Amino acid sequence: MAQVSMTVNGKAASGEVEGRTLLSSFLRDQLMLTGTHVGCDTSQCGACVVHVDGQAVKSCTMLAVEAEGAEVATIEGQANADGSLNVIQQAFQDHHGLQCGFCTPGMVMSAAALLKDNPKPSEQDVREYLEGNICRCTGYHNIVKSIMAASGQDVSAIAAE
Amino acid sequence: MPKDGGIGASSKRREDVRFLTGAGNYTDDINIRGQAYVHFLRSDIAHGTIKSIDTGAAAAMPGVVRIFTGSDFEGVGGMPCGWQVTDKHGQPMQEPAHPILAQGKVRHVGEPVAAVVADTLEQARDAAEAIALDIDELPAVVDMKAALADGSTKVHDDLNDNLCYDWGFVEENKDAVNKAFENAAHVTSLELVNNRLVANPMEPRVALGDYARGTDDSTLYTTSQNPHVIRLLMGAFVLGIPEHKLRVVAPDVGGGFGTKIFHYQEEAFCTFAAKACNRPVKWTSSRSEAFISDAHGRDHVTKIELALDADNNFTALRTETHANMGAYLSTFAPSIPTWLHGTLMAGNYKTPLIYVNVKAVFTNTVPVDAYRGAGRPEATFQLERVVDKAARELGVDPIALRRQNFITEFPYATPVAVEYDTGDYHGTMDKLEEMGDFAGFAARRAESEKNGKLRGLGVNCYIEACGIAPSNLVGQLGARAGLYESATVRVNATGGLVVMTGSHSHGQGHETSFAQVVAEMIGIDENMVEIVHGDTANTPMGMGTYGSRSIAVGGSAMVRATEKIINKAKKIASHLLEASEADIELKDGAFSVAGTDKSVAWGDVTLAAYVPHNYPLEDIEPGLEETAFYDPANFTYPSGAYACEVEVDPDTGKVTIERFAAADDFGNIINPMIVTGQVHGGIAQGIGQALLENCAYDENGQLLSASYMDYAMPRADDLPMFDVDHSSQTPCTHNPLGVKGCGEAGAIGSPPAVVNAVVDALQSAGKDVMHVDMPLSPDRVWAAMQ
Repeated sequence: MAQVSMTVNGKAASGEVEGRTLLSSFLRDQLMLTGTHVGCDTSQCGACVVHVDGQAVKSCTMLAVEAEGAEVATIEGQANADGSLNVIQQAFQDHHGLQCGFCTPGMVMSAAALLKDNPKPSEQDVREYLEGNICRCTGYHNIVKSIMAASGQDVSAIAAE
Repeated sequence: MPKDGGIGASSKRREDVRFLTGAGNYTDDINIRGQAYVHFLRSDIAHGTIKSIDTGAAAAMPGVVRIFTGSDFEGVGGMPCGWQVTDKHGQPMQEPAHPILAQGKVRHVGEPVAAVVADTLEQARDAAEAIALDIDELPAVVDMKAALADGSTKVHDDLNDNLCYDWGFVEENKDAVNKAFENAAHVTSLELVNNRLVANPMEPRVALGDYARGTDDSTLYTTSQNPHVIRLLMGAFVLGIPEHKLRVVAPDVGGGFGTKIFHYQEEAFCTFAAKACNRPVKWTSSRSEAFISDAHGRDHVTKIELALDADNNFTALRTETHANMGAYLSTFAPSIPTWLHGTLMAGNYKTPLIYVNVKAVFTNTVPVDAYRGAGRPEATFQLERVVDKAARELGVDPIALRRQNFITEFPYATPVAVEYDTGDYHGTMDKLEEMGDFAGFAARRAESEKNGKLRGLGVNCYIEACGIAPSNLVGQLGARAGLYESATVRVNATGGLVVMTGSHSHGQGHETSFAQVVAEMIGIDENMVEIVHGDTANTPMGMGTYGSRSIAVGGSAMVRATEKIINKAKKIASHLLEASEADIELKDGAFSVAGTDKSVAWGDVTLAAYVPHNYPLEDIEPGLEETAFYDPANFTYPSGAYACEVEVDPDTGKVTIERFAAADDFGNIINPMIVTGQVHGGIAQGIGQALLENCAYDENGQLLSASYMDYAMPRADDLPMFDVDHSSQTPCTHNPLGVKGCGEAGAIGSPPAVVNAVVDALQSAGKDVMHVDMPLSPDRVWAAMQ
């Protein structure tokens, strides 16, 4: 067992983990941050995306001990300080960018990372960036629309409600 | 102007806030103090005899609580099948035993053989690796037609053969159908495969069993679309726990698409083991386990023939389908290729004579059951493909051929036992033609060709049967359950309502759309209505969510219960207003006396119900809570027309979707935003089936596509934006909301549009290609062109 310490959503967090413990398991099982979801075991689905030192990372692909000393951000820390939805979260609600909600934390975290690097992505930019995030409910239409809307672009020309 | 609340408004979903902030409560998020973890040792062999299972070394490993094998379940009921199909000779289907853990033999890769319960999941996994399992491998039966050949290895030694049933529908029409084919001016025939799929909701299945020794109560937390059904099946048929001692909770569930309807071994195991080990037992499926333990979908091989007269009227339809059941009968498996498939073979057309033959076959593969659409996509795909082929053979416009044969008068009794109440197939086709800009297709094709690409346009129609189903009808057809729904509406003293519904939301947004209905009926704000679902402890009974039944059946039960509430509230109001009950009107959340300015607010009436100081106690009881059960009079029949435009790269065979339009008729709409989202998701799954997804086995019964590395899930850059319309509305005539259901339409209507479009593209290059089997991967399309 190893002791691991990191900052999660701005707060110090630590625990004892096995060498094989994944960051996703540490977040879910020890810190009880169950918003980070695990949808596969081959690092394909992206439901577990968090930010580690500002980079989007699939937390099922990283050992907890590798995050020693890191700044980790999860979906639980994304809302505004007053508890209201942030711009990306609000866009997902406004444009029906989620249905069952299981892939949603990963989608929101990926979207945040995309918009940081590419503040006005084209539809194709968004679709290509989301290669590593699978959604089975929405057909991506409204996810793409939500992310473009969150970037401040006018999405009214994109079909449907 | 769009409405800003109530029925017809695109109200934003209230459930989104918790999902967007990581505050959802999915089954795997639930942990009970002292819980142990189970890891299942699964067969990696498709067919074999278990010679021995040595658990000695494993049992001695750290943290192991107990190891279970099949022998621990002798005397415990096996997994039940909820639907008994009668074959064309009047005999019941062959129904094999389905143990919780394999007994004697293994019959598919993934079948659980042993279960290790340990203090941690890692300890359970480590110990499972130390189990010495000796299986004598037998030849595997994978191909359905080979499974039916004389001398084939049997999947189940105690059955006559691998034929579950040979079903004829309608058997009495068979001779007349054959005669119509003899007299036909033209016959089009087509052999096709409806590819096996894996539903793949993003949340893998989870089961957490808990047992209270003090009261002998069992609780199961599970990823289910229908917790009451699980309680009934598991309690009554597997474990022998009466329903009042068994609670099943399905909290937030991360997608279902059919595969979370069924009762699975892992649920029974965790409930059983929690009592046996006297501590909670949790199982969380990995995605790899999901591929070999979630029931698969589709997997039909069909020959379809369409007879036409000299004027191109459809005169008869004849089909022969082999349907894969897998190694065991999953909960509703036998009903999918029969009553959910044969009854839809008329489609949108007035074909007078239809005969459907289905042979359901056991193979050494994972059980197959309902997946989004369940039987109806298979029916639509073969029908719309054969109609398209007929148009091509006859040299007529495929839309004109369809229109010529449309059913136009309703109600319409089909020759396959169902009666469509309403529809307007020309209306949705008109809308589609407008959306699809077919007039501009030639120019778009020319532009594609300039870029070295082939372009094709595919159009099709669909009809489906939703709102399953009248209990007396399905009872006659072999269902071992009724298919009503229930709702309890509890009004609190201060006027807020809690609606407890047997429908289950796992992405459909019921918490929002159901609240819109009740709020509109009473004339109060939506936020005064709370929708509660997913717990057998608070809803009287529920058949759950599948077959696009939630709003049509569950919504109707909720309307009936709310009507009872309103009726009682009017009685209270008439007392408070000292007026005749017949004169009381409810509008905008206030009761008034017709023709006067006397009124009393909703909250005053609800308060009087619970503080009955001034109350007609001699006439009615205090309190305001009502329950209703709703059993539908008929299925509902959503319909529509879809169009797809593809580009095909002639050098590689790669297909890209360039445009996709869907014109649906769902009857009345509660929340257009949610309905549109449902159609988007269905189309994505249909395009996934048509272009990408395939559940492939090798000849030894090994699953080749067993992870997201190999099973091609549609990703964001595989799909375009979709143009979706549901302004064509012919309301359902037999439910109170006039609704039809929208959950499966997209998955039903889209695969034939894609394949029709690709065939059209290849034909445009002069290729004599009439069909390509799904998925239309580049290699298949390229090969078809050579």
